[in-house]
Amino acid sequence: MAFQLLRQTLGRRSLANPRAFSSASTPIRATLFPGDGIGPEIADSVKQIFQAADVPIEWEEHYVGTEIDPRTQSFLTWESLESVRRNGVGLKGPMATPIGKGHRSLNLTLRKELNLYANVRPCYSLPGYKTRYDNVNLITIRENTEGEYSGLEHQVVRGVVESLKIITRQASLRVAEYAFHYAKAHGRERVSAIHKANIMQKTDGLFLKCCREVAEKYPEITYEEVVIDNCCMMLVKNPALFDVLVMPNLYGDIISDLCAGLVGGLGLTPSCNIGEGGIALAEAVHGSAPDIAGKNLANPTALLLSGVAMLRHLNLHDKAELIQKAILNTIAEGKHRTADLGGSSKTTEFTQAIIDHL
Amino acid sequence: MARRSLPLLRHLLARSTPRRIQTRSVTYMHRPGDGTPRAVTLIPGDGIGPLVTGAVEQVMAAMQAPVFFEKFEVHGNMKAMPQKVMDSIRRNKVCLKGGLVTPMGGGVSSLNVQLRKELDLYASLVNCINLPGLRTRHDNVDIVVIRENTEGEYSGLEHEVIPGVVESLKVITKFCSERIANYAFEYAYLNNRKKVTAVHKANIMKLADGLFLESCREVAKKYTGIKYNEIIVDNCCMQLVSKPEQFDVMVTPNLYGNLIANTAAGIAGGTGVMPGGNVGAEHAVFEQGASAGNVGNDKILEQKTANPVALLMSSAMMLRHLQFPAFADRLETAVEQVILEGKYRTKDLGGTSTTQEIVDAVIDALD
Repeated sequence: MAFQLLRQTLGRRSLANPRAFSSASTPIRATLFPGDGIGPEIADSVKQIFQAADVPIEWEEHYVGTEIDPRTQSFLTWESLESVRRNGVGLKGPMATPIGKGHRSLNLTLRKELNLYANVRPCYSLPGYKTRYDNVNLITIRENTEGEYSGLEHQVVRGVVESLKIITRQASLRVAEYAFHYAKAHGRERVSAIHKANIMQKTDGLFLKCCREVAEKYPEITYEEVVIDNCCMMLVKNPALFDVLVMPNLYGDIISDLCAGLVGGLGLTPSCNIGEGGIALAEAVHGSAPDIAGKNLANPTALLLSGVAMLRHLNLHDKAELIQKAILNTIAEGKHRTADLGGSSKTTEFTQAIIDHL
Repeated sequence: MARRSLPLLRHLLARSTPRRIQTRSVTYMHRPGDGTPRAVTLIPGDGIGPLVTGAVEQVMAAMQAPVFFEKFEVHGNMKAMPQKVMDSIRRNKVCLKGGLVTPMGGGVSSLNVQLRKELDLYASLVNCINLPGLRTRHDNVDIVVIRENTEGEYSGLEHEVIPGVVESLKVITKFCSERIANYAFEYAYLNNRKKVTAVHKANIMKLADGLFLESCREVAKKYTGIKYNEIIVDNCCMQLVSKPEQFDVMVTPNLYGNLIANTAAGIAGGTGVMPGGNVGAEHAVFEQGASAGNVGNDKILEQKTANPVALLMSSAMMLRHLQFPAFADRLETAVEQVILEGKYRTKDLGGTSTTQEIVDAVIDALD
């Protein structure tokens, strides 16, 4: 119990003072999982652009193995996980979980082993890529470990199934702390907690209580609570009403995908998973698209923007801005766009255009 | 001459928006005595509830519809629905209600949910449809969300395991899943709908949503003329905001249904205009389509600018349910005419009218 307490305090302190990352002279080591399908091509794109922008990152590449590693019970090897733990940052491309039994899904392995407790998705409208919504600029922060996705289900009698939704004070406090810390670090003004506490009074009630406690420590940030059905309605009518959203697992899943839909789909959405001890694993949430793999047609935007999110986490804000501006300008210009955005450029042409814009 | 022609000119110009001609279909032949006024329980509710139910009462009186209302005061902070209200609903079989607001975290369970459970109103139906004249970001939306109303995440079974750890049970039974699937397919069959989509998260909640899907698949086999497909709830939300025209009828468990109904209502114009209701084997309660617990805020109440369109359309659904189709058609046509003309709209639709102005416009547009 004392050890738990010690770990908790150490963990929390590491959040308050993010690790002093080395200056530009010594490069920062980051783990890169290119993934499957279009993964290697878009990872290559990221490496080229980061190199052209002089980002002080040294990549350590790891691939998903072909055999199940008994230490992790999945295709991800122990070495890969150790690498992420050591470096503290990583970038992950799309991984296709091989079908079969006897192993854990890759995402589940990463989440459990690295204790990734928050999923952060910045959603902003890309100027130049027109969707029905023009003024989206919000961040969704979703609790990633418990809630409805605990996987605890059982059949009571034939035809009756129960599924447990678990909310703990510890996990809720953790994600609320991160949400407010993020809001403060990125100059956001408002944090909204999304819940259904009028129906699920104890569970979502506990989540809200934790959010309120954390909100008191950040008086300069406005805090509000929104019922999820109102939230859905307001998001589709006027997404500009929201700034930072913090939510338990299930609502977070749905709302973050809804917001991704508002800005153009999963092919353009960055995402970052935050773990205990300040670990950040940025990832592209789209699939591995095996049908266009190797044909130089893939759109690297999602992985690039995830890389930018990773840079912000590392406090390399000027590099992040530089690369983000270049990406947005390239898309806004419209001359070089990949097929999924309605253009006809190849991945390499798109990458070159971004490098030119740096 | 100029003085006389001015009012004539004004009259001609006023009629320049095309009137929606109601085409009569082959007539509905009633049984003798069907015209006897039916009793309907009316619960004004909280917040803007009394305002919008008042609107319905006025319009019904203007139409001389064969319904009379038995009004009862119920408020969301009551412990339970009063017995005489429940008796009235059981006697009349049909109820129209405004919203009942549930106090947050107060240990009082929602009266909306209680009502549904006691009367076993197992299906909640929301019709999200683009109204002509009301421009939204999405066109061609015509989705009916049918949501299981009694179990799932809203079972209300929560407990604290140890301080700081709370559990909530989500219960899915084959019985309830089957009957909601049956209702959805039967609805599609009776209303000439082509496709039913089941919304789920069975990749994560394998047993619970898996049971729901199994029931849907079994029922789908009985209705060979209706297409059936399944979609995961997060992908569904994404598709709703980008390509809503691919959805027709959607059948969902309780919580997802709430979210999907609100999202679909939002893309089609907002919860202020979507009609809906809850129905069981023996009773039916009609209310504003999505978000029954949302009763507006103080400003809307003070300025009396609540949008009555949702409840007016729900009462048209109610009239059809009571088998008064001509009255339902008249009411719907009048409301659609007012929306099409666009002169009278409340704030949520981009206008500045009050509730009363809309009611007067609807009464004016009745033929």
